[in-house]
Amino acid sequence: MHEMSLALNIIELAEQAARDANATSITAIEIDVGEIAGVMLDALEFSLSVATRSTLAEEAKLTLHLIPGSAKCKDCGRTFHLSERWAVCPLCGGLSFDILAGKELTIKSIDIE
Amino acid sequence: MCDTCGCGDPESLVTIRKPGENESIMDHNRGCDDHRHEEKHAEEATHCHCHEHEGEHGHGHNHHNDHHHDHDHQHQNHHGHEHPHEHLHDHDHDHDHDHAHSQGQSRTITLEQNVLLKNNLLAERNRGYFVAKNLFVLNLVSSPGSGKTTLLERTITDLKSDQMISVIEGDQQTLQDANRIDATGAPVVQINTGTGCHLDADMIQRAIKELNPPDGSLVCIENVGNLVCPALFDLGEAHKVVIISVTEGDDKPIKYPNMFAESDVCIINKIDLLPYVDFDVERCVTYARQVNRDLKFFQISAKTGDGLKDWYQWLKTEAGTSV
Repeated sequence: MHEMSLALNIIELAEQAARDANATSITAIEIDVGEIAGVMLDALEFSLSVATRSTLAEEAKLTLHLIPGSAKCKDCGRTFHLSERWAVCPLCGGLSFDILAGKELTIKSIDIE
Repeated sequence: MCDTCGCGDPESLVTIRKPGENESIMDHNRGCDDHRHEEKHAEEATHCHCHEHEGEHGHGHNHHNDHHHDHDHQHQNHHGHEHPHEHLHDHDHDHDHDHAHSQGQSRTITLEQNVLLKNNLLAERNRGYFVAKNLFVLNLVSSPGSGKTTLLERTITDLKSDQMISVIEGDQQTLQDANRIDATGAPVVQINTGTGCHLDADMIQRAIKELNPPDGSLVCIENVGNLVCPALFDLGEAHKVVIISVTEGDDKPIKYPNMFAESDVCIINKIDLLPYVDFDVERCVTYARQVNRDLKFFQISAKTGDGLKDWYQWLKTEAGTSV
């Protein structure tokens, strides 16, 4: 379950930023998780609830935003929703595409006190 | 708490050792020896006991004040390259912002930081080290039991006369695989991840120093048997090589697409068993190509040696051009 490593990375990054700002606690953390980032939201949420224990983020409100996957077909040039790493363009049947979004795994912001 | 599983069990700590070094370290582990425990924690770079540093970071204060005021701009900047979806959820953020302005008590810091940034930076550092030492490094990934170790044993033995290969083994527990590689005469270091499900760039950085491979040689990293988690963690390798055996389902590429999407090479192993199983090679290749059009395939049997000639040729060519 790599989500635990990710959760610990998130808390470490958040704590570092909070300390750099002389904060005494982190009250909220916002995270973007892409639909095809290879991360299970539930597992990440659970891992975060464990990883925040005894940290500045112990009481933090965690908000995870699921970023929908999207791709641009290389054949017809149109953009479509991508829910898997593989897909057939629903508009022209093309198999080749560029991923535009959905691979995000980003700490957007933290609220500190 | 350990970086891979979050538990406090010392047996879950990452250890790096060579064949023959097992006894003493394992005894330490079993006895939960404090000294060993601390030493291993000290080596954990992905692991931060940040509370020890409290009060030492005052210098960052102004910087983050700036961040705070520039918040809106930063948002726009950061989003420039990741287009369309951002509009869908952007709006929430500014609300928190307001109370930040109202009083100095609570404020929002915009980070926009990739969660895997630390691993990615360490991986790039590894990559630099590999380039400096002319090392051609492969990251072998697969389900458990697909034949990674057997393929390595065979490759090392067959190429012994003209290609120096050393190995970093990754498993949750035991020196079994390192001992098998050791028996071929190749230098090997075993990483035991404890309960961890993947290798990360920090472990490789520590292991490669232990391994100390000669300049210009080939290094194979055998990742923990797992088709899910290792896909996310760049180790600094030149290529990921995904191995699938014909005793598995031929639809694995679309069931575990991330790994096939991240890999450059796909080895289909145990083809000597094709007459006895329902595995359809063509279907597997078709599925894998749906995920990754550029994937290069080798159909082999590490046991009988079928198909290995092409794999060796690819290794020699790539190692020759990359190093």
